[in-house]
Amino acid sequence: MDVFENPDAVAAALGAAGYLTDHEIAQVVFLADRLDKPILTEGPAGVGKTALALAIAEATGRRLVRLQCYEGLDESKALYEWNYHKQLLRLQSDEGKDWDDLEAGIFTESFLLSRPLVEAIRSEEPVVLLIDEVDRVEVETEALLLEVLDTFQVTIPELGTIEASTQPIVVLTSNNTRELSEALKRRCLYLHIDYPTVEREKEILRTRIPDLDESTAHRIAEVVATIRDAGLRKPPSVGESLDWARALIALGLDVDAGSTVGTLNVLLKHQSDIDAVAAGFTPVDDR
Amino acid sequence: MIKRLAEFAEELRAAGLPVSMVEVLDAAEATRHADLRTADRLRVALAATMIKSDRHREAFDRIFDVYFVLDGSGTGPAGDEAASDLAAAVADTLHRDDRDRLLELIREAVERFGRLGAGSHGGDNFYAYRVIRRLDPEEIRKMLLEAASATGDRFDAQIARSRVERLIRVLREEVRREVLRRVADTRGREAAMRSVDVSLIEDLDLQHATRAEIDAIQRAVGPLARKLATRLSQRRRHGRRGRLDVRRTIRRSLGYGGVLIDPRFRSPRVAKPQIVLLCDTSGSMATFSRFTMQLAHAIASELASVRSFVFVEGIDEVTGLFSPRNNFADSVARIATEADVVRADGHSDYGRSFDEFVERYLEAVTPRTTVIVTGDARSNYRAPSDEAFRSIAERARAVFWLNPEPERFWNTGDSIVSAYAPWCDRVDEVRSLRQLKRFIERAALPGPGERGSHRMGRPA
Repeated sequence: MDVFENPDAVAAALGAAGYLTDHEIAQVVFLADRLDKPILTEGPAGVGKTALALAIAEATGRRLVRLQCYEGLDESKALYEWNYHKQLLRLQSDEGKDWDDLEAGIFTESFLLSRPLVEAIRSEEPVVLLIDEVDRVEVETEALLLEVLDTFQVTIPELGTIEASTQPIVVLTSNNTRELSEALKRRCLYLHIDYPTVEREKEILRTRIPDLDESTAHRIAEVVATIRDAGLRKPPSVGESLDWARALIALGLDVDAGSTVGTLNVLLKHQSDIDAVAAGFTPVDDR
Repeated sequence: MIKRLAEFAEELRAAGLPVSMVEVLDAAEATRHADLRTADRLRVALAATMIKSDRHREAFDRIFDVYFVLDGSGTGPAGDEAASDLAAAVADTLHRDDRDRLLELIREAVERFGRLGAGSHGGDNFYAYRVIRRLDPEEIRKMLLEAASATGDRFDAQIARSRVERLIRVLREEVRREVLRRVADTRGREAAMRSVDVSLIEDLDLQHATRAEIDAIQRAVGPLARKLATRLSQRRRHGRRGRLDVRRTIRRSLGYGGVLIDPRFRSPRVAKPQIVLLCDTSGSMATFSRFTMQLAHAIASELASVRSFVFVEGIDEVTGLFSPRNNFADSVARIATEADVVRADGHSDYGRSFDEFVERYLEAVTPRTTVIVTGDARSNYRAPSDEAFRSIAERARAVFWLNPEPERFWNTGDSIVSAYAPWCDRVDEVRSLRQLKRFIERAALPGPGERGSHRMGRPA
């Protein structure tokens, strides 16, 4: 069955890949395929933005090409680089040849080192291209991405334009540490992924940890939702609530005040957060 | 459909949401593929193509409700239960999480309590706040809590309370939508559009924001503080060339037969920007100072060299309280109790505060320091002590003043903005996030030789 038949099929396929969608996520992924547009996912850290790309790759059986963004990322790391050493060897082995021949010879695809963006475009099989944490690069560097996102092609001055032979599915993620440029946003479908509802988180827990029984999963999801409401510096992510559930199972603990306070360091990574939550949960007469 | 989309886009733009031509075309394309039988599907398709920021989603949803979710049967079952019974029934359905029944009950409540006679344009008017008041969320909250926490354990009670808050939010939202639907039903889309509050977070008045709005603002302040921090440090890097490097210049000249044709300069020492923040935290500034403290907290977690001071009648340093290790709520609470800013009667005294600053903290200001003052400059007719302010400004690299009052009220009554303005590089009205953003974009530090005329005679 075609994965992109309709939004429900998308949801089912992603579900089979271990990623539980809600109707919004499923539909945006569906539309991204229909409109051939990149998806820009934004939201707090650890709600499964990157996992979405991984799940799409798994559900469609495509290879995942990942570009991890960081401050200082440049063309030679994102797009391509000429293989200088190989070019040098070639020049040395070809001594005595005509200059024009030489020049034409060393700027061909066989001397090109593909970086993720070019790799995704040159790939024979269709791929999923994940551009992770795009908010980390400088605004100027964003411009590098525009041509790729717009037309799925890359222009290399010495070679000409390389067009994608197959249409990649592109997912960009952003933790919203800065505003992305309008130009970038305009080219994408926007998907805001927030912390899941209690119901959805329960299902996620149950999918990822089969040993977990329904009522415990529900309780864990509720406790995590309560902690997220407490106005912390870094609320627990979905990944952390999964870790917590695993920790509770491993320790053979029930979910109550004592076990929660005792294992908070799995959920929370700032001491001030841990103290605040522990103070809220400890019975008055114990203090 | 295209026409309707164009109108919809027009309405979004009118509310201040940036929707480009391309995005409308994308939306049109998306509607061809989306399954349009349910409003939710259409909503997702349009939101994904037209809205590119989470901050705009709420306004989008409200306008979408008016445009696309109007049809549906108007009258609910006209029961004759008393308001308290209705509240009990609502609490019960919320508890059982029965959405369909909840919508029925809300429809009934709106029909019975929300109607307010004939409006000026004919037809009844409906008001969400009337419904909410009669349904009594407090009562519902209490009932839900009772139903939830039979055990009485504090841990369980906490979890139950958090769940109840989520349910109450659902209730409020559903009432709001139902009222909107009824307004549109009886008085048309135009009237409904007018009754919708689509103000964006960017445009909220920071002085009068509600608690929930402050939370939303807080999330937006982080990226802005980061931007301010990078802006200040960027200026340092590109701002000026260093002094002539004699050794390297002569070395270069050897290539030209000893002619000093290619002067070399020392690259300036890359120094981290230093910031000194002075926040008025007096009563008249209550909400705004909470916001400036958010800003201070956010900047402090971006830059190491930030010193924060709060003042009312006197001034006190609170740098330690804003350490990134501290939770923001704790910081605010501790500033309220620990900061020593009251001298006699607790009314703002800018003059005395600046005097005290000069006396006790002047060493915090160096030629590399940017001073940011936030306050309304309402000093209760006390002496402005502009000489003290001047000596701060002359030591500093730049001085910015953010004033939350509308510009037309400056220098009226006890406002003495003009006493300090000559010593500031910029005095800006900042009463919304949008204005803060604009300030940050324009907060260009003075380049060499182009400082304001007042800045003459500053120490090198």
